[in-house]
Amino acid sequence: MGRYVIRRLLQMIPVFFGATLLIFLMVNVMGDPIAGLCGDKACDPATATRLKQEFGLDKPVWQQYATYMGNVFTGDFGTAFNGQKVTELMSTAFPVTIRLTIIAILFEIVIGITLGVVTGLRRGRPIDTAVLILTLVVIAIPTFVTGLVLQLVLGVEWQWIKPSVPPDAPFDKLLIPGLVLASVSLAYVTRLTRTSIAENSRADYVRTAVAKGLPRHRVITRHLLRNSLIPVVTFIGTDVGALMGGAIVTERIFNIHGVGFQLYQGILRQSTQTVVGFVTVLVLVFLVANLVVDLLYAVLDPRIRYA
Amino acid sequence: MRGATHAKWAACAVAVALAATACGGGDSGGGSGASGIVSSSWGDPQNPLEPANTNEVQGGKVLDMLFRGLKRYDSKTGAAKDMLAEKIETTDSVNFNITVKDGWTFSNGEKVTAKSFVDAWNYGADLKHNQKNAYFFGYIEGYDKTHPDKGDPTAETLSGLKVTGERTFSVKLNQKFSTWPDTLGYAAFAPLPRAFFDNHSAWLSKPVGNGPYTVNSYTKGSKLEMRKWDGYPGPDKAQNGGVDLKVYTDNNTAYTDLTAGNLDLVDDVPASQLKNVKADLGDRYINTPAGIIQTLAFPYYDEAWNTPGAVKVRKGLSMAINRAQITDTIFQKTRTPATDWTSPVLGADGGYKDGLCGDACKYDPAGAKKLIQEGGGIPGGQVKISYNADTGSHKEWVDAICNSVNNALGNDRACVGNPVGTFADFRNQITQNKMSGPFRAGWQMDYPLIQNFLQPLYYTNASSNDGKWTNAEFDKLVNEANAETDKAKAVDLFQKAEGVLRDQMGAIPLWYQNGSAGYSTRVSNVALNPFSVPVYNEIKVS
Repeated sequence: MGRYVIRRLLQMIPVFFGATLLIFLMVNVMGDPIAGLCGDKACDPATATRLKQEFGLDKPVWQQYATYMGNVFTGDFGTAFNGQKVTELMSTAFPVTIRLTIIAILFEIVIGITLGVVTGLRRGRPIDTAVLILTLVVIAIPTFVTGLVLQLVLGVEWQWIKPSVPPDAPFDKLLIPGLVLASVSLAYVTRLTRTSIAENSRADYVRTAVAKGLPRHRVITRHLLRNSLIPVVTFIGTDVGALMGGAIVTERIFNIHGVGFQLYQGILRQSTQTVVGFVTVLVLVFLVANLVVDLLYAVLDPRIRYA
Repeated sequence: MRGATHAKWAACAVAVALAATACGGGDSGGGSGASGIVSSSWGDPQNPLEPANTNEVQGGKVLDMLFRGLKRYDSKTGAAKDMLAEKIETTDSVNFNITVKDGWTFSNGEKVTAKSFVDAWNYGADLKHNQKNAYFFGYIEGYDKTHPDKGDPTAETLSGLKVTGERTFSVKLNQKFSTWPDTLGYAAFAPLPRAFFDNHSAWLSKPVGNGPYTVNSYTKGSKLEMRKWDGYPGPDKAQNGGVDLKVYTDNNTAYTDLTAGNLDLVDDVPASQLKNVKADLGDRYINTPAGIIQTLAFPYYDEAWNTPGAVKVRKGLSMAINRAQITDTIFQKTRTPATDWTSPVLGADGGYKDGLCGDACKYDPAGAKKLIQEGGGIPGGQVKISYNADTGSHKEWVDAICNSVNNALGNDRACVGNPVGTFADFRNQITQNKMSGPFRAGWQMDYPLIQNFLQPLYYTNASSNDGKWTNAEFDKLVNEANAETDKAKAVDLFQKAEGVLRDQMGAIPLWYQNGSAGYSTRVSNVALNPFSVPVYNEIKVS
């Protein structure tokens, strides 16, 4: 197990460098960011030259990348164009997005898996059909539609929530945005769990467990569910990264100042430092989440062993 | 066992979360913020909040509340009126003697003296400080030393600025510029306290100025709380207890927040909501002219657009655009068809002349087709109008213009839009002279003078002459106008220069842009100034 983890961690190194280099090049290809700093006017050439020097943009790309990576390893992620340290931006943005992701994941786990188990055990019954149709509808509607409709109905018409989330974004204000963010994945989790449960409920070990005379809830939670969760765990694990990076739409609708907001602004302003910094952290989150998922397999299914 | 514990933990978490909403549900609804405080939408300023480094509206809003300069533009007429200036005297339009009024202080108690201005201007003009508005000091003698085009500066202070007493200083310009004092209302000319120079980073995180508001707290990227400064010595004291500026990533969310009673003022009504705004807000919606004009500029560095015949093509294109229809349907009358190259906010005395463009700006598809044919047809057979696709719903109107041109010419491939992904990239292609056809050009005035609508945009090699248009006659008239001490005569000369621009159709004027804002029932007396910034200090909270 230990050696497996170490091997996986080592594999992360090339992925990390490759991903950061790609992002770095992509942001660079978009051209000179200084030109966007002066509004609809041309920056005066002397100031533009000075700014390029200050942000290191006058050097060749490979040299910029080398300097940047060197700085990253000393914990310096550079400075955004408005003079704020990127680490400062991260320290305000990541906690917000992490809270949002936690809520979304909780919704996926609780509602998704429950609905999946219920429908999986009652195949073909009205509840199964109803949930099936419901998940189809949710998957078919894009997130921004769900978000805007919920915002208008709950925020403006019924006044249950405030349409925008305050800057400090506490857990309770993030519930609706979290639900919106989770909605599509939630539907997938439901369907994945349902299929998996439906398949396994006919398996020999379930019949054996029933024949042994185990109570029904014990058969379901200990035997059936545990084996059926492997594909679901894989999905939710990879979804952590996707939710954190993909929250741009939800964060915009509810005015949440998280990672999506910073990334969006970074891209618009072509701030290499901001974009690469945030993406680097997201890449790390993604890699770690994947590792955790793989390790969870062994926990769920004792037959899986890592050497 | 492990699985079961997990499930239990998750269930608990949800229970807690639900309980929290139940508690949180109670206090929702009702107005926002403390009594007397206006909450207003805001965008994250692009640059640090230094006066000489803020060149966009979002940062400008804050500076407008935080600082008062020598002059201030009237919130209704736009006329430059003395604020901190007791008198500004000149005999030759080159040397100016300025006296600062007595009794003004910064909110930290420091007196505003002549030195506060001179130090601030020297700071702004010094290349080492990377101030993006440095070119505003370009008319002052010695600017070429503190801010050379190439290499390091050889001086730290402008030789044209001299402190002559506690409240007096003299300015020497490097050219005749009779209306120069009227430019002093721009934020870049604000005075700065010693704290700005002594502890710069502390000042940036909590700016101190001499305006009617002080900064209470500033959370970068999300919220800025401004509070009324009770000791403010000026005549335009704040009528409210303060202003909370909240950053919105999307102006649609801000608008939704306004309709839900969660926000008091939105000064940028999204284009998609313009249709609903009357129904949602009734008379709490304002739509007033602002000093912004949108034009199509041409790349004169491209041979194809710089031929003698191209004048007729440009005029023809201008006549092929159905401005009235586009401003009515796409912009819902938040734009007005342009008939000159300035803005109605200047007023007739200030140089705005309705109809100066004449027939060339009137929709005439048949005449357009004839003119373009006479001029040798569109260069390359197709006009590509470039614009940045990331902000400001430019795609809609560019497509509409192309539609209008295509219909006039009876050729549905005569004009196409050419979107550029980001604003920075768009500006980049412009500054590197890479445009191959007309491109979107917007101009928001820095100060309400006709000079500001002409010289920076069309004078040979001027700072914002993106199309590199050049005309000796135009330059000569602008020079004469700047040297003219009589304001009416100067305006007349500028209009003559504008006539040259018209005859050559240097750029196609499209429309004048209005400022639009909506506000809640909590506030009243809301207005936008000619720079489309809300006049915050006059807002009353009920």
